[in-house]
Amino acid sequence: MFETLIYSLIAGVAVGFAAGYLGSIMVLEKMALVGDAMSHVALPGLALGVLFGFSPLLGGFLFLFVTAIIIWQVGRSTKLSFETIVGTAFTLALAIGILLYGDRLDALEEALFGDITRVTSMYALSSVIASVAVIFLTHFIYSNLVLSLISEELAKSKGIKTAAVNLLYLLLVSVIVAIGIQVTGTLLVGFLVVTPAAAARIVSGNLSTYRNLSAVFGAVSAISGILFSTTMNVLPGPLIVISGVAIFAIMLTYRKFKKMI
Amino acid sequence: MTEPNNYFLKVSNLEVKLQNKTILENVSFPVKRGTMLAIVGPNGAGKTMLFRALLDLVPHTGGVEWAEKPRIGYVPQDVNVKDVPVSVNEFLSYRQKVDVRQLLAAVKLGRDIANETLGNLSGGQLRRVLVAFALMDDPNVLLFDEPTTGVDIGGEESIFQVLKNLKEKRGITVLLITHDVHLVKEYTDELLGLNRCVTFLGDSQQIADPSLQERIFGERICYAL
Repeated sequence: MFETLIYSLIAGVAVGFAAGYLGSIMVLEKMALVGDAMSHVALPGLALGVLFGFSPLLGGFLFLFVTAIIIWQVGRSTKLSFETIVGTAFTLALAIGILLYGDRLDALEEALFGDITRVTSMYALSSVIASVAVIFLTHFIYSNLVLSLISEELAKSKGIKTAAVNLLYLLLVSVIVAIGIQVTGTLLVGFLVVTPAAAARIVSGNLSTYRNLSAVFGAVSAISGILFSTTMNVLPGPLIVISGVAIFAIMLTYRKFKKMI
Repeated sequence: MTEPNNYFLKVSNLEVKLQNKTILENVSFPVKRGTMLAIVGPNGAGKTMLFRALLDLVPHTGGVEWAEKPRIGYVPQDVNVKDVPVSVNEFLSYRQKVDVRQLLAAVKLGRDIANETLGNLSGGQLRRVLVAFALMDDPNVLLFDEPTTGVDIGGEESIFQVLKNLKEKRGITVLLITHDVHLVKEYTDELLGLNRCVTFLGDSQQIADPSLQERIFGERICYAL
């Protein structure tokens, strides 16, 4: 029990930190709902894993990965916003996923809400390795993503391949969402990419503070949610979300208080 | 007419078509080294598209010939800075550590704004910071799309003065798109009228002539080089 808690905390910190870091871009791009909707896309992959006896995590990741490429390609060719395309893809994925799960309700519940009791040492290690890789790669393209947000033409004039950078970003989101599913489930993992960044945005005066705070808030939400869930013996996903929203509320109050003095 | 060995850029028969619509056709003009060329024309004339073609951001045919390898500093018309919490310091150091104070001094801005976010700057300050950004890679040519967008009346002249200083002190060739006839006459050397094709090419002092203004901003009559 104690070992599982330690593994969960390790995985939670790693995924929360990486998701917060990645999410700081998503909130600036006004793609907050993309992070949330993307997580549901994993559902059919998780179901196929359960049905055919391979790792549901791998199935979920493959579905996310392929969907990210499709979204990127459709976005490039139609100029539709990511939110519009993801909105279509996620409802379809949710429908297919629920059909595939059929009457396997326990497995469906685990996919939707996560199951912290099944976090293993291997999963914790994989989470740390993947999160470090995601943070490293995101850091590498971060300034290019921000410059593209300010002006895509300006970025291109500096030789930045904006389409390639966007694709890499979407793929990195897929990796983190796939890993986070075990901790929070598909329904709530999107929170990790959105709320910590939103809380950080309220109190940050520059970019480096913003992205670092966003990462820290992601990790703190995960830790507190997991610890509360162990104490209260309930699912961690909802408590991670509640912890994150509490941080958001504290930051909001802090800002109002700061303005008053 | 410009001597062949004195040009910095020579554009010949440039054509841009997007989704079967002709945006630019048969555009030819030379630009002298170290001059400031104003590009004027009505809305939808293809002025910004000309910059995109020069930057190789859109498919085009025809010739774009630089006398030497261009190091282009580009200042776009539209930037999204309201939603992005980037400080001036972070913006100017986006790729590597640079001497921000020196860059800001080149555009007549004090170091005190280095920690301000881009969204908190006035229109004039923002345009100057964008020029400073364009100066980072030691450009030999500046492409400036609407230098006075969002700038108050007093600030317009000071931006043109900054560009004039850059041209004179660093020998940078400046191409700028503008609607401001008064500033064109006061600060630029040459004038290119554009309305899908070239409608005028010559000394910018001539912009004061009302019949020329009518020709540039009125009905399209192409000018053959």
